[in-house]
Formats: sequence, C-alpha cells, structure tokens
Amino acid sequence: MPSIVAGVIIFLVLFTYPFWGNLGNKTAAPVLVTGTTEKQCVEKTEFMKTSHMKLLDEWRDAVVRDGKRVYVSKLNGKHYDMSLQNTCTKCHIKKDQFCDRCHTYVNVSPNCWACHIDPVQGINPQTPPQQQTAYNAHTQGEGVATDGSR
Amino acid sequence: MDRDRRDFLKVAGLSALAIGAAPHLACAADDMPGEAIPSPKALTAKRWGMIVDIRKCSKATSERKCVDCVVACNNTHNVPSFDSKQHEVKWIWQTGLENAFPGEENRFLDEYITDTLKGTPIMVLCNHCDNPPCVRVCPVQATFRRSDGIVMQDQHRCIGCRFCMAACPYGARSLNWVDPRPKIGQVNKEYPTRTRGVVEKCTFCFSRLSVGVIPACVESCKEKALIFGDVDDPNSEIRQILRTQPTIRRKPHLGTRPQVYYIL
Repeated sequence: MPSIVAGVIIFLVLFTYPFWGNLGNKTAAPVLVTGTTEKQCVEKTEFMKTSHMKLLDEWRDAVVRDGKRVYVSKLNGKHYDMSLQNTCTKCHIKKDQFCDRCHTYVNVSPNCWACHIDPVQGINPQTPPQQQTAYNAHTQGEGVATDGSR
Repeated sequence: MDRDRRDFLKVAGLSALAIGAAPHLACAADDMPGEAIPSPKALTAKRWGMIVDIRKCSKATSERKCVDCVVACNNTHNVPSFDSKQHEVKWIWQTGLENAFPGEENRFLDEYITDTLKGTPIMVLCNHCDNPPCVRVCPVQATFRRSDGIVMQDQHRCIGCRFCMAACPYGARSLNWVDPRPKIGQVNKEYPTRTRGVVEKCTFCFSRLSVGVIPACVESCKEKALIFGDVDDPNSEIRQILRTQPTIRRKPHLGTRPQVYYIL
C-alpha cells in the first residue's frame, strides 16, 4: 500500500511538472510589427485577433467556390478585395514580424504560405528568381508531339 | 429524490439538444461580420466557352513558333516548367492533331491534315465540360462546376488522389509530384503557386474574370485565334462564329459535352 501511494505521488508530480515548473516564468508576448501606417483592419482589431483564421476561411470559400470577391466590412462599409496575397499583405507586409511571430508563440503552423506568396521574401528566399524567356514546350523544335499525349 | 423515467428523458433530451446546438451557436457568433458580394466589375455569363481557330493559330506557329498563349498563361498562374515529362504541369499546351482528335480520321480529313495542316500543333486546354467526369469522381468536391460552366479547382480542398486525372479524357489535369516553386520562372506575386500533392488545371482565368479581365491566353493571342465568350448568349461574338463556321470538339462521343470548340 505505501508503495502504491508513493508511486501515485511520484506520477502526479512528474505529470503536472509542466504546470508548476513554469509558474512565475513569464514569457514575453510577441511584439508584432505590421509595417503600415493604416490604423484599422477590415474589421475590429479584437475580432481580427481572435477570429482572423475564420474570416480568412470564409473569404477563401466565398472567392473560390462562390465567385464573390468583394468584402463589405461591417465596421466601416468599405469594400475590400478578399485576397490574402493582394489585400492582407499590402498592410501586413512583414510576414516574419507579424504572422510568424504570433504563430510561433502560440505554436501553430498554418500552411497558407505553401502556396500564397510572401510579399517580401517571394517564393524562393535562398536563390534569386530566374527569368523565364520562352516556354519550355515539349513540342518545341519538332513541331508536333507524337508521344501519345492526349 | 423522486425522479421517474419521464423526467429523466426530458432532461436527457434537452441536454442532448443543448450539446448539439452549442457549436453551431458559437460558430454563428464568429461568422464573418460583413458581407461577401461579387465585384461590380466582374465579367459574367450564363455559360462560358471558347473557340480555338487553328487556321489562324497554325499561321503563327509555322511563322514564328508562336506559344504566346502558353507563356502568358504560365506567367499569370505561376505554372512551373519541368523538363521531365513525368513532372510536367499543363494548363494550356500544344499537342499533335492525332492526339487532340483521335477518332476523326476520315479519308478526306486525313488529306486535309496531311496537306494543309501538316505538322500543325493544336492548342489544348481544359474543355470545361458540361458533364465533367472529373467532378463526378472527386471524393472531396475539390473540383466542381460553377453555375457559369467553369470547372473549378479548389486547391485548398484537393487531397491529391488523382481520381480526376484518371477520369479526364483530355489529360487536362496535372499533379504536382514535387514542389513546383523552384521551377517557376517569372513569379506573378498577385497569384498563388501550388504545393506538392495537389492537382491543377486551367480555370478559364476565374480570378481575372472576377475583376473584369478576359483570360490571359485570349488577351495574349495576337492572331485573335482564341475567342472567349458566353455561348448561351445568341448575340455574343462566340455565337456569331459558331453560327457561321463549322466547328468540332474533342472526343464528343464520350458525352462530356466539352465547351471548347475548334475550327480546323
């Protein structure tokens, strides 16, 4: 019996370590830099802080699936192009000091930027973009493909 | 405590209802506060369609190996250019006449093809079928047919299963086997790229249409060999041409009802 109690206590101590181990340990909240002089986002700041991911999901479906591209803000009635790449990043131009800082802090990794292009870094931060001079058509040279491609 | 079966069921039922409704209520509160509307500048149609006039096209291809439409499309949509055919990604591309129109080999068409259209590449793209087999097989509705006839591809939903590629009889769909980003030449920062593991295709430039611009390939064609318009509008340019010129479509016997027409 005493060994069971001791075992349970050891287990509880170890299991709850992350909670009491970090007590009083203050992690500084991330400092976010937007890189714009614009004072107001498309909706209230509080809403954007808590629900921007839901808004972006709704925007995505509206644009891609319903063909609706313009967002009429409830806040100020202004019209916005519903586009992560062409509207959001025009103000939030410093992705690494805005999106990334907070996402790293709360340990989430949304995959937006796997396809959407970071306005500053572009698609290939390591290598400079190569110029595409001519389309590398598989038919170029001989004129017509006879390879059975449909 | 005195509780009969009836009271218990009442409480259980109400609890179940509350638990079921809670996420919906919470969700409704967080829905987007504003409203989504189509752009007033958007080009709209009852049924988008296209004509490819191979006579005009072949003149440009024989004179200057013209691939203007392909370059314009690829640059607009960040389409990667892989050297290997295995990894190839195609939105609009050139193929041989016998590949574009198998089953059209009547004796005299053959003569026309061997003499007049000798070696002419045919521009092919997604046919935006009225009865699209790709849409029927997609298990996640990543590809769907819009009310204006555009067969759309939602990259956010695509799981890369390639059922659509197997279903499409025109080979108009390509999977990104590897990360396409290093193979994109000129990057258009206004349009996203794709990522590894999703299927992509021509979308009739839905994003350009939504801001009032015609598709990139049509705009780039100096020969005016690509005609884009509303095939359900009897007064449209495309219908004028369909009325006065003989046109054929790719593999019509399959019943997909393609909406890209060819003048040979």
